[in-house]
Amino acid sequence: MDLLYNIFINPFAEMVGTPDFLLQVLWEGFVSGTLYALIALGFVLIFKASGVFNFAQGIMVVFAALSLVGFYTILSQLGFLSAGMAAFLSLLLALATMGALAWTVERVVLRKLVNQPEIILFMATIGLSYFLIGFGEFIFGGEPKSMITEELGLPTGSTVVDVFDGIVILQHIDIAAAIIAAILVVALAVFFSKTRIGRALRAVADDHQAALSVGISLNQIWAIVWFAAGIVALATGIMWGAKSDVSFALQIVALKALPVLILGGFTSVPGAIIGGLVIGFGEKLFEVYWGGLLGGGVEGWFAYVLALIFLLFRPQGLFGEKIIERV
Amino acid sequence: MFYREAGQFKTNYQADQAVFPILQDRMAIGAILVIAFVAIPYFGNDFFINSMMIPFLIFSLAAIGLNILTGYTGQISLGTGAFMGVGAYSCYKLATIFPEVNIIFLIVVSGFFSAGIGVIFGLPSLRIKGFYLVVTTLAAQFFLEWAFITVRWLYNYNDSGAIEVPQREVMGVIITGASATPMARYLVVLSIVVVMTWIASNIIHGRIGRSWMMIRDMDIAAELMGVRPLYAKLSAFAVSSFYAGVAGAMMVFLWLGAAEVESFDVNHSFLILFMVVLGGLGSLLGSFLGAAFIWVLPIIIRAAPGVFGLDISAATGEHVNFMIIGVLIIFFLIVEPHGLARLWAIGKQKLRTWPFPY
Repeated sequence: MDLLYNIFINPFAEMVGTPDFLLQVLWEGFVSGTLYALIALGFVLIFKASGVFNFAQGIMVVFAALSLVGFYTILSQLGFLSAGMAAFLSLLLALATMGALAWTVERVVLRKLVNQPEIILFMATIGLSYFLIGFGEFIFGGEPKSMITEELGLPTGSTVVDVFDGIVILQHIDIAAAIIAAILVVALAVFFSKTRIGRALRAVADDHQAALSVGISLNQIWAIVWFAAGIVALATGIMWGAKSDVSFALQIVALKALPVLILGGFTSVPGAIIGGLVIGFGEKLFEVYWGGLLGGGVEGWFAYVLALIFLLFRPQGLFGEKIIERV
Repeated sequence: MFYREAGQFKTNYQADQAVFPILQDRMAIGAILVIAFVAIPYFGNDFFINSMMIPFLIFSLAAIGLNILTGYTGQISLGTGAFMGVGAYSCYKLATIFPEVNIIFLIVVSGFFSAGIGVIFGLPSLRIKGFYLVVTTLAAQFFLEWAFITVRWLYNYNDSGAIEVPQREVMGVIITGASATPMARYLVVLSIVVVMTWIASNIIHGRIGRSWMMIRDMDIAAELMGVRPLYAKLSAFAVSSFYAGVAGAMMVFLWLGAAEVESFDVNHSFLILFMVVLGGLGSLLGSFLGAAFIWVLPIIIRAAPGVFGLDISAATGEHVNFMIIGVLIIFFLIVEPHGLARLWAIGKQKLRTWPFPY
């Protein structure tokens, strides 16, 4: 009876009793949900265009952030650039790195593995993520680094909002992250629907052979789509790095993009966003209000178990296309 | 010249179905067993046995387990590390509760606990396929890792959260604990691995193994032809987790001596997946080759700069190690998607026609 009370009544009583705390928890959930959604977004881009289950997306996030910080360290050691200038230049260099990565992956990996079964491509991206971990640490050093938030002109500090006789603390960087995420999504939507390349991308996503037959170069499209995923990764890496240090320890957190994708469906951009938010909110609420019953630390697996239960009822995700199988 | 099948006639069905139908294969496997059981304990030093042979054999067994699931049944799993953990923790609890029972028996029995957990987390595979299944096995991985920390009963409520292996004897020889000699532990590991490989080979060549492969190749067609997916998939999960569990129990009891939850984290799951992919999906020989490759390669990379007189810090060596493993995985997938086992098969074909290939 006590247990049932603790599961079904007590948490809700707490929520109603201290609404400001509830708001704070929801805000935290919203912020981490945005970040999960951004990783999942980069993933969906690649999966739609090339059918590759890109395991390395989370690693690409860290790699992008690491190269940004690494370039900044090198540039500021040269001495003749102002901090803002060096940050801007290293941003460009990090973008160039992601472009080079996209080109290399297309050339060296994807082109050689055309027509291989999906599992082989999946393994190749695991290999890629191992390579990126080793390469990033080899070039820029393995110790955790702090993100160059102020030099990039991102806001720091926090605002305290009074609600319900209490306070909610909003970090400015979190607000900036949410805004940048929204801008990225809108920009991608415009890019997909209005530009020539965007339409080519959608054509490839729809049907590879039909796209080839109307003269779209698959190789080019793949490189572009990996680059787009690289840009999303860089933006995610900056936001994430600003919240905690930049190191490959983030990869465990980045793996949570997978349950997000399960909820949203592998091929749906709105699904990735909503899935990310659902996981973000659910995880924080569960940890704060129910986690104590299980001894705490449930954040590590809640997302996966939620995805697992969800899969049992709707295997194609919230917005995924219906799976039809034929022999 | 030496590797000829000509003239080796099979006169009954049993001979035709043998695991090693060719005389030379049987001789080779006999020679390998003699080397493994006699030559290595006799000539090998403690370092070679303790940090190369024992982990190689244990990881081979775990790789066989994953290969049964991923290579033969086509269900990708990233939860091997956690299933190894289930084996290790249940063996620890069994050794605490039944101190007088033969420890080798307990190691094998702990595989059954792992198999049970494996079946529970395998249930979603009946509705879910491919990459979706990866997420459910990750759920197993992270949930079990959490359980190994939170359920304090599993490590007897000690403060460190680690499991310490007690000292146990079998027939007067100490085989677990700090005072067991590497040779004794090696021989126990080797015997278990040889017997379990032999069993795995028989399962795979039999009716159950064939139903697994039908599920892998096309599950709907297999179902139409009378294979029950429920039994086939869950039996694959059970057998695979059993092997992983025994490997995990051996890892702690016969190799490490003590373990924490970090010994069973998601990186170990990746490591064993790499062994299976590099060795060859759907090949028992490949599991051994992959385990040897992935385990021995870092040791060589660590030792190589010293040989050439270069001074590289341990951290840099570790980074280079990651890079090389990543590149090798991609390289192998491009050049030989069927892994090292396929290279061996090609070599065998060359040997068959040597020295007159035309």
